Amino acid sequence: MADLRSDFIGIKSPNPFWLASAPPTDKEYNVRRAYEAGWGGVVWKTLGMEGPPVVNVNGPRYGAIWGADRRLLGLNNIELITDRPLEVNLREMKAVKRDYPDRALIASIMVPCEEEAWKAILPHVEETGADGIELNFGCPHGMAERGMGSAVGQVPEYIEMVTRWCKMYTRMPVIVKLTPNITNVLYPAEAAKRGGADAVSLINTINSITSVDLDLFAPEPMIDGKGTHGGYCGPAVKPIALNMVAEIARNPETHGLPISGIGGVTTWRDAAEFLALGAGNVQVCTAAMTYGFKVVQEMISGLSEYMDEKGMTSVDQLVGRAVPNVTDWNQLNLNYVAKAKIDQDLCISCGRCFAACEDTSHQAIAMSEDRTFTVIEEECVACNLCVNVCPVEDCISMEPLAAGATDLRTGKTVTPDYANWTTHPNNPSAKVVEVEPAE
Amino acid sequence: MARDVFEPGIVPGRLEPQNYVEGFSDLHPPLDEHEALVAADRCYFCHDAPCMTACPTDIDIPLFIRQIATGTPDAAAKTILSQNILGGMCARVCPTETLCEEVCVREVAEGKPVLIGQLQRYATDHLMAQGVHPFERAAPTGKRVAVVGAGPAGLSCAHRLAMLGHDVEIIDARPKPGGLNEYGIAAYKTPNGFAQAEVNWLMQIGGITFRHEIAVGRDVTLEELKADYDAVFLGMGLVGVNALGAEGEDKAGVANAVDFISELRQSSDLSGVPIGRDVVVIGGGMTAVDAAVQAKLLGALNVTLVYRRGRDRMNASVFEQDLAASKGVRIVTHAVPIAVHGNGAVREIEFEYVDEAMKGTGETLRLQADQVFKAIGQTLLGDGLPDLDGRKIKVDGTGRTSLEGVWAGGDCASGGDDLTVTAVAEGRDAAMDIHTTLMGAAG
Repeated sequence: MADLRSDFIGIKSPNPFWLASAPPTDKEYNVRRAYEAGWGGVVWKTLGMEGPPVVNVNGPRYGAIWGADRRLLGLNNIELITDRPLEVNLREMKAVKRDYPDRALIASIMVPCEEEAWKAILPHVEETGADGIELNFGCPHGMAERGMGSAVGQVPEYIEMVTRWCKMYTRMPVIVKLTPNITNVLYPAEAAKRGGADAVSLINTINSITSVDLDLFAPEPMIDGKGTHGGYCGPAVKPIALNMVAEIARNPETHGLPISGIGGVTTWRDAAEFLALGAGNVQVCTAAMTYGFKVVQEMISGLSEYMDEKGMTSVDQLVGRAVPNVTDWNQLNLNYVAKAKIDQDLCISCGRCFAACEDTSHQAIAMSEDRTFTVIEEECVACNLCVNVCPVEDCISMEPLAAGATDLRTGKTVTPDYANWTTHPNNPSAKVVEVEPAE
Repeated sequence: MARDVFEPGIVPGRLEPQNYVEGFSDLHPPLDEHEALVAADRCYFCHDAPCMTACPTDIDIPLFIRQIATGTPDAAAKTILSQNILGGMCARVCPTETLCEEVCVREVAEGKPVLIGQLQRYATDHLMAQGVHPFERAAPTGKRVAVVGAGPAGLSCAHRLAMLGHDVEIIDARPKPGGLNEYGIAAYKTPNGFAQAEVNWLMQIGGITFRHEIAVGRDVTLEELKADYDAVFLGMGLVGVNALGAEGEDKAGVANAVDFISELRQSSDLSGVPIGRDVVVIGGGMTAVDAAVQAKLLGALNVTLVYRRGRDRMNASVFEQDLAASKGVRIVTHAVPIAVHGNGAVREIEFEYVDEAMKGTGETLRLQADQVFKAIGQTLLGDGLPDLDGRKIKVDGTGRTSLEGVWAGGDCASGGDDLTVTAVAEGRDAAMDIHTTLMGAAG
């Protein structure tokens, strides 16, 4: 069994699976259960400033979308930061950390964008023995209306400023949690780095309305006939999160900045994908809220088995492995040619590939009287739609053409040479390939 | 208190009351909403779907399943009923395992088809439970059509004609409409009076009147009908029962399986239906299985179904054969009855084993029997009928017979399997041709 011990910006945990700051980490009772179930770390539900806590709605806080058999695919919430007094949370954090010294405990914090507010709360948090803090610049609902959460996360200058205050007033490592509700995640990530952040974590939830009640004509989740946008999370947001993590990992300005990956991690495989794209660990929320804390056991065994198969002896060996292969479109090899291939032994003759290709793509699949489906290589552009709509795994594959073969669509011979858009003759701004003069 | 199961003879009340309730309850309990959604989600929405091609009534199965999956079962029901007005009954009695579900790509790939029949029932039940009739009658045409037989073919034809604006009179020899749906199908396939409920629902289209206990040939002639109506559709089914051709088959205790099923279906108290201790059913079709299984459910100690050929030649599907076996029916193949023994009433029935070419082997089998049901096919009876093709009324692809102005469909007509769904398709198609003919003549 692979060693899953994790050291993220100096914060040690027995595995790289942390619970994200969210309802599951709102109080001592839940966090103790999480640690008992095997979670490596917990980011405590976001703390606010001293005084009367925020209040939550007394109706539905969550909305959802489902796949087959009501498998939960996406969840949205309009819950605010902790609605329990600061001192209660601090007391419980201290007690939990004392009993679970080997587990990571991070305090998520959101106070007004004023230096005094941050300066005031940090010593109290430090006093609990927490291993680090996470600045909640991501929460997109409710708190943002009050100038906090994503309202800060959408202004890189504020991110940098607050991060700098935190680095000034505490010795604890500082993780800056980023909102995806922006045009380019690199600006806030770079701002966090300039402010001295030890790491960024992302993504926080995405502005969303999960559905509309077509009898009441109101969005879900609905409170007394009205609804507001909530934060979207769960398996549905994973592709968005993976891209943002990868963008930060491969950006020269932020490359090397530790990342805590968040967004739809549901299985060990999801976690491994985040790690491969540069995340040093992952945070999980929706999977736990859907299935309970026990899911971490599958994540631990799955990641461990995968690492053993790959001969990896520590999580670090996986982190960032896929980053060099994330590139810009203009760097893709335009001389690479593939064609769809249908495995007739696996084909069940449903004809979905045919309908998709015939109606919406390139008319590159033929259908015979006896429902045999074959690829017309003269038309196939290898778009992959047939693979994606085929209900049978591995039935349709994209087979690359070997160098020297003829692409029946273009009539051209496949070359082994790499060539991309930057030098393509159709590109008006193509650079002339400079050829070294012969010696 | 129930009788001793070992009591010989044909007697009622062999079982405790709850045994009848359990035995004759729905063979396939209806899907609830969640089950329907899960089942619907398995449909791949195939292009040019094989299930649709396999359906004798050409129901757009992928479309109706998608309509269920998206929460619009009534729209699904309309998709079904626009092709097959008896979609509710067909969902219950169709041998889906040899039709749509047999060719479902998921059956071919995994051995687990999409539950098309049960989904069809879910949709049609959903609509019918609201008492909604989703079709409207066209403006009256002034044309009158006589439909002979209130079974699946006749009802289908009548509904389509009424929808197109014609006035329809259905004539049936029985007291109740429904034909085999009401009198000839196992009770556990269509419990709770569904056959009558469906007819009542179908009649909501308007323009259809029903004249019961009138038999063509006895109470009215085809000539008279032709003279009195603009068109005639014959859908009267088969009322003659083939004889065994075995010595002593007139002994007491030897009966027609269709009469037994009919009596059982019309009984308001199943504990009052007498059944033998040792029952032998002769035949290999759906009627034979329906009789054998229900004999067992009524408390017969031993039920044996004897068929003259191999199981692969039985008209009853493998599912039906397995159902019979699961209820405790013994299936004997390659045996033909040669003699019924007994002193006045049957006591034993003797068979000879035959080879694949139906040649006697000389080896015999004697089965103890106090009740024997014949289920070896039915024949068309009647005088003055249109020309026959073999033993059935000769029809073309649209149901036209040799007589002008007379169409036919269902079991009495040539072509197609003797299935409810085939009868519905034939009745519907004949109605369309009658409509075209009548309106063309008018114009």
